[in-house]
Amino acid sequence: MSAALLEIENLNKSFRTDSKSVQALRGIELDVREGEFVTVIGPSGCGKSTLLRIIAGLERGETGTVKLSGEPIRGPGIDKGFIFQEPRLFPWLTVEKNIAADLSLRKPEVRSKVDELIRLVKLEGFAKAYPRELSGGMAQRVAIARALLRKPKILLLDEPFGALDAFTRAHMQEVLLDIWKHNGTTMILVTHDIDEAVFLGSRIMILKPRPGEIRGQIAVELSYPRKKASTAFQEYRYRVLREFERIDELAWGESGAGI
Amino acid sequence: MSSHSSAPRRTSKWAHSPPEHRNRRAVLLRRAGDALLGLLLPVAVLVLWQWFGDAGRISPLLFPTPSVIWASFLWLLETGMLGESLGVSLARTAAGFGLGAGLGLVVGLAVGLSRVIERLLDSSVQMLRMIPHISVTFLFVLWFGIGETSKIMLIAKGSFFPLYIYTFLGVRNTDNKLFEVVRVLGYSRFKTLVRLVLPATVPGVMLGIRLSLAIAWVSLVVSEMMGSTSGLGYLMMDARAMSDTPIVFVGIALFTLLGKLTDMLVVYMERRLLAWRGS
Ligand SMILES: Nc1ncnc2c1ncn2[C@@H]1O[C@H](COP(=O)(O)OP(=O)(O)OP(=O)(O)O)[C@@H](O)[C@H]1O
Ligand SMILES: [Mg+2]
Repeated sequence: MSAALLEIENLNKSFRTDSKSVQALRGIELDVREGEFVTVIGPSGCGKSTLLRIIAGLERGETGTVKLSGEPIRGPGIDKGFIFQEPRLFPWLTVEKNIAADLSLRKPEVRSKVDELIRLVKLEGFAKAYPRELSGGMAQRVAIARALLRKPKILLLDEPFGALDAFTRAHMQEVLLDIWKHNGTTMILVTHDIDEAVFLGSRIMILKPRPGEIRGQIAVELSYPRKKASTAFQEYRYRVLREFERIDELAWGESGAGI
Repeated sequence: MSSHSSAPRRTSKWAHSPPEHRNRRAVLLRRAGDALLGLLLPVAVLVLWQWFGDAGRISPLLFPTPSVIWASFLWLLETGMLGESLGVSLARTAAGFGLGAGLGLVVGLAVGLSRVIERLLDSSVQMLRMIPHISVTFLFVLWFGIGETSKIMLIAKGSFFPLYIYTFLGVRNTDNKLFEVVRVLGYSRFKTLVRLVLPATVPGVMLGIRLSLAIAWVSLVVSEMMGSTSGLGYLMMDARAMSDTPIVFVGIALFTLLGKLTDMLVVYMERRLLAWRGS
Protein backbone atom coordinates (compact mmCIF):
# COMPACT_ATOMS: atom_id res chain seq x y z
CA MET A 1 0.00 0.00 0.00
CA SER A 2 1.30 3.43 -0.93
CA ALA A 3 1.98 6.16 1.63
CA ALA A 4 -0.83 8.53 2.54
CA LEU A 5 -1.29 11.74 0.54
CA LEU A 6 -1.74 13.76 3.71
CA GLU A 7 0.03 12.83 6.93
CA ILE A 8 -0.61 14.64 10.18
CA GLU A 9 1.36 13.60 13.23
CA ASN A 10 0.88 14.84 16.77
CA LEU A 11 -0.33 18.26 15.65
CA ASN A 12 -0.88 20.84 18.38
CA LYS A 13 -2.05 24.42 18.11
CA SER A 14 -3.00 27.02 20.63
CA PHE A 15 -3.97 30.64 20.25
CA ARG A 16 -2.65 33.19 22.68
CA THR A 17 -4.64 36.30 23.40
CA ASP A 18 -3.53 38.98 25.86
CA SER A 19 -5.06 37.32 28.88
CA LYS A 20 -5.04 33.59 28.19
CA SER A 21 -4.16 30.87 25.76
CA VAL A 22 -6.68 28.55 24.14
CA GLN A 23 -5.59 25.12 23.01
CA ALA A 24 -7.45 24.71 19.73
CA LEU A 25 -5.97 21.35 18.69
CA ARG A 26 -4.22 18.63 20.69
CA GLY A 27 -2.42 15.56 19.46
CA ILE A 28 -4.11 15.31 16.09
CA GLU A 29 -3.15 12.20 14.11
CA LEU A 30 -4.65 11.84 10.67
CA ASP A 31 -3.67 10.11 7.44
CA VAL A 32 -5.67 10.68 4.30
CA ARG A 33 -5.15 8.46 1.27
CA GLU A 34 -5.39 9.70 -2.26
CA GLY A 35 -8.98 9.78 -3.53
CA GLU A 36 -10.52 9.61 -0.06
CA PHE A 37 -13.47 11.75 0.98
CA VAL A 38 -13.04 12.55 4.67
CA THR A 39 -15.73 14.43 6.53
CA VAL A 40 -14.93 16.12 9.84
CA ILE A 41 -17.71 16.78 12.29
CA GLY A 42 -17.76 18.26 15.76
CA PRO A 43 -19.39 20.95 17.88
CA SER A 44 -18.64 24.63 17.42
CA GLY A 45 -15.21 25.71 18.59
CA CYS A 46 -13.60 22.28 18.50
CA GLY A 47 -10.93 23.42 16.07
CA LYS A 48 -12.30 22.14 12.74
CA SER A 49 -11.53 25.35 10.87
CA THR A 50 -8.14 25.60 12.53
CA LEU A 51 -7.26 22.08 11.40
CA LEU A 52 -8.30 22.82 7.82
CA ARG A 53 -6.48 26.15 7.78
CA ILE A 54 -3.29 24.49 8.97
CA ILE A 55 -3.54 21.89 6.19
CA ALA A 56 -4.12 24.75 3.71
CA GLY A 57 -1.03 26.54 4.98
CA LEU A 58 -3.07 29.59 6.04
CA GLU A 59 -2.10 28.95 9.63
CA ARG A 60 0.90 27.22 11.19
CA GLY A 61 0.78 24.39 13.67
CA GLU A 62 2.92 24.74 16.78
CA THR A 63 4.31 21.27 17.14
CA GLY A 64 3.90 18.16 15.06
CA THR A 65 4.20 17.61 11.35
CA VAL A 66 1.81 18.07 8.47
CA LYS A 67 2.95 16.64 5.15
CA LEU A 68 1.34 16.62 1.74
CA SER A 69 2.84 14.04 -0.65
CA GLY A 70 5.67 13.63 1.84
CA GLU A 71 6.56 17.34 1.83
CA PRO A 72 6.00 19.56 4.88
CA ILE A 73 3.44 22.28 4.20
CA ARG A 74 5.13 25.67 4.04
CA GLY A 75 2.28 27.95 3.10
CA PRO A 76 -0.86 28.28 1.03
CA GLY A 77 -0.80 27.38 -2.65
CA ILE A 78 -2.84 26.04 -5.53
CA ASP A 79 -2.09 22.40 -4.69
CA LYS A 80 -4.37 22.83 -1.65
CA GLY A 81 -7.77 24.08 -2.79
CA PHE A 82 -9.83 25.83 -0.10
CA ILE A 83 -13.56 26.49 -0.08
CA PHE A 84 -14.68 28.91 2.62
CA GLN A 85 -18.13 29.05 4.11
CA GLU A 86 -18.86 32.11 1.95
CA PRO A 87 -18.08 31.89 -1.78
CA ARG A 88 -15.62 34.81 -1.66
CA LEU A 89 -15.76 35.61 -5.37
CA PHE A 90 -14.23 38.72 -6.92
CA PRO A 91 -17.35 40.88 -7.34
CA TRP A 92 -15.92 42.72 -10.36
CA LEU A 93 -15.29 39.56 -12.38
CA THR A 94 -17.80 37.48 -14.31
CA VAL A 95 -18.29 33.82 -13.45
CA GLU A 96 -15.83 32.58 -16.07
CA LYS A 97 -13.22 35.17 -15.11
CA ASN A 98 -13.65 34.34 -11.44
CA ILE A 99 -12.92 30.72 -12.26
CA ALA A 100 -9.92 31.62 -14.40
CA ALA A 101 -8.75 34.25 -11.85
CA ASP A 102 -5.11 34.89 -12.72
CA LEU A 103 -5.11 32.58 -15.72
CA SER A 104 -5.92 34.02 -19.13
CA LEU A 105 -9.11 32.86 -20.83
CA ARG A 106 -7.42 33.67 -24.12
CA LYS A 107 -5.28 30.58 -23.71
CA PRO A 108 -7.18 27.77 -25.42
CA GLU A 109 -6.34 25.18 -22.77
CA VAL A 110 -7.62 27.45 -19.99
CA ARG A 111 -10.72 28.32 -22.03
CA SER A 112 -11.66 24.71 -22.63
CA LYS A 113 -10.96 23.67 -19.04
CA VAL A 114 -13.08 26.55 -17.70
CA ASP A 115 -15.94 25.63 -20.04
CA GLU A 116 -15.70 22.03 -18.92
CA LEU A 117 -15.78 23.05 -15.24
CA ILE A 118 -18.77 25.33 -15.81
CA ARG A 119 -20.56 22.27 -17.17
CA LEU A 120 -19.34 20.11 -14.29
CA VAL A 121 -20.71 22.49 -11.65
CA LYS A 122 -23.90 22.95 -13.69
CA LEU A 123 -23.59 26.66 -14.43
CA GLU A 124 -24.12 26.60 -18.20
CA GLY A 125 -25.51 29.94 -19.36
CA PHE A 126 -24.05 31.88 -16.43
CA ALA A 127 -20.47 32.22 -17.70
CA LYS A 128 -20.89 35.96 -18.27
CA ALA A 129 -22.95 36.70 -15.14
CA TYR A 130 -21.56 38.76 -12.25
CA PRO A 131 -21.53 37.33 -8.69
CA ARG A 132 -24.35 39.65 -7.58
CA GLU A 133 -26.63 37.88 -10.06
CA LEU A 134 -26.01 34.44 -8.53
CA SER A 135 -27.74 32.64 -5.69
CA GLY A 136 -25.65 31.45 -2.75
CA GLY A 137 -25.47 27.91 -4.07
CA MET A 138 -24.44 29.02 -7.57
CA ALA A 139 -21.75 31.29 -6.17
CA GLN A 140 -20.36 28.45 -4.08
CA ARG A 141 -20.20 26.27 -7.19
CA VAL A 142 -18.15 28.98 -8.90
CA ALA A 143 -15.76 28.91 -5.95
CA ILE A 144 -15.47 25.13 -6.27
CA ALA A 145 -14.77 25.41 -10.00
CA ARG A 146 -12.13 28.06 -9.31
CA ALA A 147 -10.35 25.68 -6.94
CA LEU A 148 -10.69 22.68 -9.26
CA LEU A 149 -9.21 24.50 -12.25
CA ARG A 150 -5.89 24.49 -10.36
CA LYS A 151 -6.01 20.69 -10.11
CA PRO A 152 -5.38 20.64 -6.35
CA LYS A 153 -3.97 17.52 -4.75
CA ILE A 154 -6.52 18.01 -2.02
CA LEU A 155 -9.69 20.08 -1.74
CA LEU A 156 -10.46 21.47 1.73
CA LEU A 157 -14.03 22.57 2.35
CA ASP A 158 -14.91 24.45 5.55
CA GLU A 159 -18.67 24.16 6.06
CA PRO A 160 -19.17 25.05 2.41
CA PHE A 161 -22.95 24.59 2.43
CA GLY A 162 -23.62 25.86 5.94
CA ALA A 163 -25.29 29.04 4.75
CA LEU A 164 -27.59 27.37 2.23
CA ASP A 165 -31.19 26.22 2.64
CA ALA A 166 -31.88 22.49 2.98
CA PHE A 167 -32.88 21.90 -0.67
CA THR A 168 -29.95 23.78 -2.13
CA ARG A 169 -27.66 22.01 0.29
CA ALA A 170 -28.90 18.56 -0.79
CA HIS A 171 -28.37 19.56 -4.41
CA MET A 172 -24.87 20.85 -3.70
CA GLN A 173 -23.95 17.61 -1.95
CA GLU A 174 -24.90 15.72 -5.09
CA VAL A 175 -22.91 18.10 -7.30
CA LEU A 176 -19.89 17.63 -5.03
CA LEU A 177 -20.20 13.84 -5.16
CA ASP A 178 -20.38 14.01 -8.97
CA ILE A 179 -17.19 16.05 -9.01
CA TRP A 180 -15.48 13.64 -6.66
CA LYS A 181 -16.46 10.66 -8.81
CA HIS A 182 -15.54 12.47 -12.02
CA ASN A 183 -12.18 13.94 -10.90
CA GLY A 184 -11.20 11.69 -8.03
CA THR A 185 -9.97 14.74 -6.10
CA THR A 186 -9.14 13.96 -2.46
CA MET A 187 -11.47 15.94 -0.21
CA ILE A 188 -11.75 16.93 3.42
CA LEU A 189 -15.07 18.54 4.28
CA VAL A 190 -15.91 20.09 7.63
CA THR A 191 -19.55 20.19 8.65
CA HIS A 192 -21.98 20.58 11.53
CA ASP A 193 -24.53 18.40 9.81
CA ILE A 194 -24.55 14.67 10.64
CA ASP A 195 -26.53 13.79 7.50
CA GLU A 196 -24.00 15.61 5.37
CA ALA A 197 -21.08 13.85 7.06
CA VAL A 198 -22.61 10.41 6.49
CA PHE A 199 -23.90 11.18 3.00
CA LEU A 200 -20.54 12.35 1.67
CA GLY A 201 -17.76 10.79 3.72
CA SER A 202 -15.97 7.57 3.03
CA ARG A 203 -14.65 8.23 6.51
CA ILE A 204 -16.01 10.44 9.29
CA MET A 205 -13.70 12.04 11.83
CA ILE A 206 -15.37 13.12 15.06
CA LEU A 207 -13.77 15.99 16.96
CA LYS A 208 -14.43 17.04 20.53
CA PRO A 209 -13.83 20.54 21.91
CA ARG A 210 -11.63 22.07 24.63
CA PRO A 211 -9.06 21.04 23.60
CA GLY A 212 -9.81 19.95 20.05
CA GLU A 213 -9.07 16.26 19.78
CA ILE A 214 -10.09 13.44 17.48
CA ARG A 215 -12.64 11.45 19.44
CA GLY A 216 -13.23 8.70 16.97
CA GLN A 217 -13.56 7.82 13.35
CA ILE A 218 -16.10 5.84 11.43
CA ALA A 219 -15.51 4.27 8.03
CA VAL A 220 -18.74 4.48 6.07
CA GLU A 221 -19.07 1.30 4.07
CA LEU A 222 -22.05 2.28 1.95
CA SER A 223 -21.94 2.56 -1.80
CA TYR A 224 -22.64 5.93 -3.46
CA PRO A 225 -25.12 7.45 -4.08
CA ARG A 226 -26.43 6.91 -0.59
CA LYS A 227 -30.10 6.92 0.32
CA LYS A 228 -30.68 9.14 3.33
CA ALA A 229 -33.89 7.30 4.22
CA SER A 230 -32.34 3.82 4.17
CA THR A 231 -31.87 1.84 7.39
CA ALA A 232 -28.16 1.41 6.76
CA PHE A 233 -27.79 5.20 6.48
CA GLN A 234 -29.70 5.68 9.71
CA GLU A 235 -27.42 3.15 11.44
CA TYR A 236 -24.43 5.34 10.65
CA ARG A 237 -26.27 8.44 11.86
CA TYR A 238 -26.90 6.71 15.18
CA ARG A 239 -23.27 5.74 15.48
CA VAL A 240 -22.19 9.36 15.01
CA LEU A 241 -24.83 10.54 17.46
CA ARG A 242 -23.69 8.00 20.02
CA GLU A 243 -20.14 9.34 19.75
CA PHE A 244 -21.46 12.83 20.43
CA GLU A 245 -23.35 11.63 23.48
CA ARG A 246 -20.15 10.15 24.82
CA ILE A 247 -18.45 13.51 24.29
CA ASP A 248 -21.29 15.24 26.11
CA GLU A 249 -21.04 12.85 29.05
CA LEU A 250 -17.32 13.48 29.26
CA ALA A 251 -17.86 17.24 29.16
CA TRP A 252 -20.49 17.00 31.91
CA GLY A 253 -18.24 14.78 33.97
CA GLU A 254 -15.38 17.25 33.73
CA SER A 255 -17.39 20.36 34.55
CA GLY A 256 -19.29 18.47 37.26
CA ALA A 257 -16.01 17.63 38.95
CA GLY A 258 -15.08 21.29 38.86
CA ILE A 259 -18.09 22.50 40.84
CA MET B 1 -56.53 17.20 -5.00
CA SER B 2 -57.55 18.38 -8.44
CA SER B 3 -54.70 18.74 -10.86
CA HIS B 4 -56.24 21.72 -12.64
CA SER B 5 -56.98 24.01 -9.76
CA SER B 6 -53.31 24.20 -8.76
CA ALA B 7 -52.13 25.45 -12.16
CA PRO B 8 -50.92 29.04 -11.78
CA ARG B 9 -53.21 31.64 -13.29
CA ARG B 10 -51.53 34.33 -15.31
CA THR B 11 -52.92 37.79 -15.73
CA SER B 12 -53.38 38.13 -19.47
CA LYS B 13 -53.46 41.90 -19.83
CA TRP B 14 -50.07 42.02 -21.61
CA ALA B 15 -50.13 38.51 -22.95
CA HIS B 16 -50.01 39.54 -26.62
CA SER B 17 -46.97 41.77 -26.91
CA PRO B 18 -43.50 40.23 -26.58
CA PRO B 19 -42.09 40.95 -23.12
CA GLU B 20 -38.72 42.58 -23.91
CA HIS B 21 -40.24 44.89 -26.47
CA ARG B 22 -42.89 45.99 -24.03
CA ASN B 23 -40.32 46.55 -21.30
CA ARG B 24 -38.03 48.62 -23.45
CA ARG B 25 -40.83 50.86 -24.58
CA ALA B 26 -42.07 51.26 -21.02
CA VAL B 27 -38.58 52.15 -19.80
CA LEU B 28 -38.09 54.73 -22.56
CA LEU B 29 -41.46 56.31 -21.86
CA ARG B 30 -40.73 56.49 -18.17
CA ARG B 31 -37.31 58.05 -18.76
CA ALA B 32 -38.78 60.68 -21.13
CA GLY B 33 -41.49 61.40 -18.57
CA ASP B 34 -38.94 61.85 -15.80
CA ALA B 35 -36.86 64.18 -17.95
CA LEU B 36 -39.87 66.31 -18.83
CA LEU B 37 -40.93 66.51 -15.21
CA GLY B 38 -37.43 67.62 -14.24
CA LEU B 39 -37.49 70.37 -16.86
CA LEU B 40 -40.84 71.75 -15.75
CA LEU B 41 -39.54 74.00 -12.98
CA PRO B 42 -36.53 75.54 -14.81
CA VAL B 43 -38.66 76.29 -17.90
CA ALA B 44 -41.37 77.88 -15.77
CA VAL B 45 -38.78 80.07 -14.05
CA LEU B 46 -37.30 81.17 -17.39
CA VAL B 47 -40.73 82.02 -18.82
CA LEU B 48 -41.73 84.02 -15.75
CA TRP B 49 -38.37 85.76 -15.71
CA GLN B 50 -38.71 86.80 -19.35
CA TRP B 51 -42.28 87.93 -18.79
CA PHE B 52 -41.50 90.03 -15.71
CA GLY B 53 -38.53 91.56 -17.53
CA ASP B 54 -40.58 92.47 -20.59
CA ALA B 55 -43.22 93.99 -18.35
CA GLY B 56 -40.51 96.19 -16.81
CA ARG B 57 -41.03 94.83 -13.32
CA ILE B 58 -37.42 93.86 -12.67
CA SER B 59 -34.27 95.84 -13.20
CA PRO B 60 -32.67 95.05 -16.57
CA LEU B 61 -29.28 95.82 -15.02
CA LEU B 62 -29.59 93.33 -12.16
CA PHE B 63 -31.68 90.74 -13.95
CA PRO B 64 -31.26 90.96 -17.72
CA THR B 65 -33.92 88.79 -19.34
CA PRO B 66 -33.09 85.36 -20.79
CA SER B 67 -33.37 86.69 -24.33
CA VAL B 68 -30.84 89.46 -23.63
CA ILE B 69 -28.46 86.93 -22.03
CA TRP B 70 -28.87 84.67 -25.05
CA ALA B 71 -28.09 87.58 -27.43
CA SER B 72 -25.00 88.40 -25.42
CA PHE B 73 -23.96 84.74 -25.59
CA LEU B 74 -24.32 84.78 -29.39
CA TRP B 75 -22.30 87.98 -29.60
CA LEU B 76 -19.49 86.47 -27.51
CA LEU B 77 -19.56 83.42 -29.72
CA GLU B 78 -19.37 85.42 -32.96
CA THR B 79 -16.52 87.66 -31.86
CA GLY B 80 -14.58 84.54 -30.89
CA MET B 81 -14.08 85.82 -27.34
CA LEU B 82 -16.05 82.96 -25.92
CA GLY B 83 -14.12 80.25 -27.70
CA GLU B 84 -10.80 81.74 -26.67
CA SER B 85 -11.75 82.19 -23.01
CA LEU B 86 -13.27 78.76 -22.85
CA GLY B 87 -10.15 77.21 -24.33
CA VAL B 88 -7.89 78.95 -21.82
CA SER B 89 -10.10 77.93 -18.90
CA LEU B 90 -10.40 74.34 -20.03
CA ALA B 91 -6.64 74.05 -20.48
CA ARG B 92 -6.06 75.37 -16.96
CA THR B 93 -8.57 72.98 -15.45
CA ALA B 94 -7.17 70.02 -17.34
CA ALA B 95 -3.61 70.82 -16.25
CA GLY B 96 -4.51 71.55 -12.62
CA PHE B 97 -6.86 68.60 -12.30
CA GLY B 98 -4.41 66.27 -14.01
CA LEU B 99 -1.62 67.31 -11.68
CA GLY B 100 -3.63 67.34 -8.43
CA ALA B 101 -5.80 64.30 -9.07
CA GLY B 102 -2.87 62.32 -10.46
CA LEU B 103 -0.81 63.05 -7.36
CA GLY B 104 -3.79 62.34 -5.12
CA LEU B 105 -4.19 58.94 -6.76
CA VAL B 106 -0.53 58.03 -6.48
CA VAL B 107 -0.07 59.26 -2.91
CA GLY B 108 -3.41 57.75 -1.86
CA LEU B 109 -2.31 54.38 -3.22
CA ALA B 110 1.09 54.58 -1.54
CA VAL B 111 -0.39 55.57 1.82
CA GLY B 112 -3.07 52.90 1.49
CA LEU B 113 -0.58 50.17 0.66
CA SER B 114 2.10 50.91 3.23
CA ARG B 115 1.63 51.49 6.92
CA VAL B 116 5.03 53.16 7.10
CA ILE B 117 4.14 55.68 4.40
CA GLU B 118 0.79 56.20 6.10
CA ARG B 119 2.46 57.08 9.38
CA LEU B 120 4.91 59.33 7.55
CA LEU B 121 2.40 61.28 5.45
CA ASP B 122 -1.21 60.96 6.48
CA SER B 123 -1.30 63.27 9.50
CA SER B 124 0.50 66.02 7.56
CA VAL B 125 -1.85 65.66 4.59
CA GLN B 126 -4.88 65.77 6.89
CA MET B 127 -3.53 69.00 8.38
CA LEU B 128 -2.97 70.60 4.99
CA ARG B 129 -6.48 69.59 4.01
CA MET B 130 -7.89 71.78 6.77
CA ILE B 131 -6.37 74.97 5.32
CA PRO B 132 -9.33 76.90 3.87
CA HIS B 133 -8.98 76.62 0.14
CA ILE B 134 -9.85 80.20 -0.81
CA SER B 135 -7.61 81.71 1.85
CA VAL B 136 -4.41 80.65 0.10
CA THR B 137 -5.35 82.19 -3.24
CA PHE B 138 -3.50 85.45 -2.52
CA LEU B 139 -0.51 83.52 -1.34
CA PHE B 140 -0.44 81.49 -4.54
CA VAL B 141 -0.61 84.70 -6.61
CA LEU B 142 2.27 86.11 -4.54
CA TRP B 143 4.35 82.98 -4.95
CA PHE B 144 3.60 82.04 -8.51
CA GLY B 145 2.54 85.38 -10.03
CA ILE B 146 -0.68 86.00 -11.94
CA GLY B 147 0.39 83.76 -14.79
CA GLU B 148 -0.72 80.23 -15.44
CA THR B 149 1.25 78.65 -12.61
CA SER B 150 -0.73 80.11 -9.71
CA LYS B 151 -4.02 79.05 -11.26
CA ILE B 152 -2.90 75.56 -12.10
CA MET B 153 -1.45 75.15 -8.60
CA LEU B 154 -4.67 76.28 -6.94
CA ILE B 155 -6.75 73.88 -9.02
CA ALA B 156 -4.23 71.10 -8.32
CA LYS B 157 -4.36 71.77 -4.59
CA GLY B 158 -8.14 71.56 -4.60
CA SER B 159 -8.28 68.39 -6.73
CA PHE B 160 -5.66 66.55 -4.70
CA PHE B 161 -7.52 65.91 -1.44
CA PRO B 162 -10.75 64.15 -2.45
CA LEU B 163 -8.91 61.74 -4.69
CA TYR B 164 -6.26 61.17 -2.06
CA ILE B 165 -8.80 60.37 0.62
CA TYR B 166 -11.05 58.14 -1.44
CA THR B 167 -8.18 56.22 -3.03
CA PHE B 168 -6.72 55.62 0.42
CA LEU B 169 -10.11 54.48 1.75
CA GLY B 170 -10.64 52.32 -1.32
CA VAL B 171 -7.38 50.46 -0.75
CA ARG B 172 -8.12 49.97 2.93
CA ASN B 173 -11.67 48.80 2.33
CA THR B 174 -10.52 45.90 0.18
CA ASP B 175 -12.32 42.86 1.57
CA ASN B 176 -9.96 41.11 3.98
CA LYS B 177 -11.50 37.76 3.15
CA LEU B 178 -10.36 38.15 -0.44
CA PHE B 179 -6.76 38.50 0.73
CA GLU B 180 -7.04 34.95 2.05
CA VAL B 181 -8.48 33.82 -1.26
CA VAL B 182 -5.54 35.18 -3.25
CA ARG B 183 -3.11 33.54 -0.84
CA VAL B 184 -4.80 30.21 -1.50
CA LEU B 185 -4.66 30.97 -5.23
CA GLY B 186 -0.93 31.55 -4.88
CA TYR B 187 -0.86 35.21 -6.00
CA SER B 188 2.43 37.06 -5.67
CA ARG B 189 2.48 40.48 -4.00
CA PHE B 190 2.44 42.14 -7.40
CA LYS B 191 -0.50 40.05 -8.61
CA THR B 192 -2.35 40.81 -5.38
CA LEU B 193 -1.87 44.52 -6.05
CA VAL B 194 -2.92 44.43 -9.69
CA ARG B 195 -5.69 41.85 -9.50
CA LEU B 196 -7.17 42.48 -6.08
CA VAL B 197 -6.29 45.84 -4.54
CA LEU B 198 -6.53 48.01 -7.66
CA PRO B 199 -9.91 46.68 -8.86
CA ALA B 200 -11.26 46.93 -5.32
CA THR B 201 -10.15 50.58 -5.23
CA VAL B 202 -11.91 51.65 -8.44
CA PRO B 203 -15.24 52.61 -6.77
CA GLY B 204 -13.41 54.87 -4.31
CA VAL B 205 -11.35 56.40 -7.09
CA MET B 206 -14.44 57.18 -9.16
CA LEU B 207 -16.09 58.91 -6.21
CA GLY B 208 -12.85 60.82 -5.60
CA ILE B 209 -12.73 61.94 -9.24
CA ARG B 210 -16.26 63.34 -9.06
CA LEU B 211 -15.53 65.34 -5.92
CA SER B 212 -12.14 66.48 -7.22
CA LEU B 213 -13.67 67.71 -10.46
CA ALA B 214 -16.26 69.76 -8.60
CA ILE B 215 -13.50 71.44 -6.57
CA ALA B 216 -11.42 71.95 -9.71
CA TRP B 217 -14.16 74.10 -11.28
CA VAL B 218 -14.59 76.18 -8.13
CA SER B 219 -10.83 76.70 -7.94
CA LEU B 220 -10.75 77.76 -11.58
CA VAL B 221 -13.41 80.43 -11.06
CA VAL B 222 -11.74 81.73 -7.91
CA SER B 223 -8.29 81.89 -9.46
CA GLU B 224 -9.50 83.58 -12.63
CA MET B 225 -11.47 86.17 -10.70
CA MET B 226 -8.64 86.98 -8.27
CA GLY B 227 -6.08 87.95 -10.83
CA SER B 228 -6.13 87.04 -14.44
CA THR B 229 -6.07 88.48 -17.93
CA SER B 230 -7.76 85.63 -19.70
CA GLY B 231 -10.31 82.87 -19.27
CA LEU B 232 -14.01 82.66 -18.54
CA GLY B 233 -13.61 84.01 -15.02
CA TYR B 234 -11.70 87.01 -16.34
CA LEU B 235 -14.43 87.60 -18.92
CA MET B 236 -16.94 87.75 -16.08
CA MET B 237 -14.82 90.09 -13.92
CA ASP B 238 -14.22 92.37 -16.87
CA ALA B 239 -17.93 92.44 -17.69
CA ARG B 240 -18.75 93.20 -14.07
CA ALA B 241 -16.42 96.18 -14.12
CA MET B 242 -18.25 97.42 -17.23
CA SER B 243 -21.61 96.64 -15.60
CA ASP B 244 -22.29 94.27 -18.49
CA THR B 245 -24.44 91.92 -16.40
CA PRO B 246 -25.64 89.70 -19.26
CA ILE B 247 -22.06 88.46 -19.79
CA VAL B 248 -21.80 87.65 -16.08
CA PHE B 249 -24.89 85.51 -16.49
CA VAL B 250 -23.44 83.83 -19.57
CA GLY B 251 -20.35 82.99 -17.52
CA ILE B 252 -22.38 81.54 -14.67
CA ALA B 253 -24.44 79.45 -17.07
CA LEU B 254 -21.34 78.15 -18.81
CA PHE B 255 -19.61 77.17 -15.57
CA THR B 256 -22.74 75.36 -14.48
CA LEU B 257 -22.97 73.56 -17.79
CA LEU B 258 -19.30 72.59 -17.78
CA GLY B 259 -19.55 71.23 -14.26
CA LYS B 260 -22.64 69.25 -15.11
CA LEU B 261 -21.18 67.88 -18.35
CA THR B 262 -17.94 66.67 -16.80
CA ASP B 263 -19.87 65.14 -13.93
CA MET B 264 -22.09 63.31 -16.41
CA LEU B 265 -19.00 62.05 -18.17
CA VAL B 266 -17.61 60.63 -14.93
CA VAL B 267 -20.97 59.07 -14.06
CA TYR B 268 -21.00 57.45 -17.50
CA MET B 269 -17.48 56.09 -16.98
CA GLU B 270 -18.49 54.88 -13.55
CA ARG B 271 -21.46 52.99 -15.01
CA ARG B 272 -19.24 51.26 -17.52
CA LEU B 273 -16.39 50.45 -15.13
CA LEU B 274 -18.62 49.44 -12.26
CA ALA B 275 -21.25 47.50 -14.20
CA TRP B 276 -20.61 44.61 -11.80
CA ARG B 277 -22.19 46.53 -8.95
CA GLY B 278 -25.55 46.75 -10.68
CA SER B 279 -27.71 49.84 -10.58
N1 LIG C 1 -7.29 33.63 15.32
C1 LIG C 1 -7.66 33.14 16.52
N2 LIG C 1 -7.28 33.78 17.65
C2 LIG C 1 -7.64 33.29 18.86
N3 LIG C 1 -8.38 32.18 19.04
C3 LIG C 1 -8.78 31.51 17.96
C4 LIG C 1 -8.45 31.94 16.63
N4 LIG C 1 -8.99 31.08 15.75
C5 LIG C 1 -9.61 30.15 16.47
N5 LIG C 1 -9.50 30.39 17.80
C6 LIG C 1 -10.03 29.57 18.89
O1 LIG C 1 -9.71 28.23 18.61
C7 LIG C 1 -10.80 27.38 18.88
C8 LIG C 1 -11.18 26.60 17.63
O2 LIG C 1 -11.66 27.50 16.65
P1 LIG C 1 -12.17 27.02 15.22
O3 LIG C 1 -12.58 28.22 14.47
O4 LIG C 1 -11.14 26.16 14.61
O5 LIG C 1 -13.44 26.14 15.60
P2 LIG C 1 -14.50 25.45 14.66
O6 LIG C 1 -14.56 24.04 15.06
O7 LIG C 1 -14.21 25.74 13.25
O8 LIG C 1 -15.84 26.15 15.10
P3 LIG C 1 -17.13 26.47 14.22
O9 LIG C 1 -17.82 25.15 14.06
O10 LIG C 1 -17.91 27.41 15.08
O11 LIG C 1 -16.67 27.05 12.94
C9 LIG C 1 -11.92 28.26 19.40
O12 LIG C 1 -11.93 28.18 20.80
C10 LIG C 1 -11.55 29.64 18.95
O13 LIG C 1 -11.97 30.57 19.90
MG1 LIG D 1 -15.20 26.87 11.69
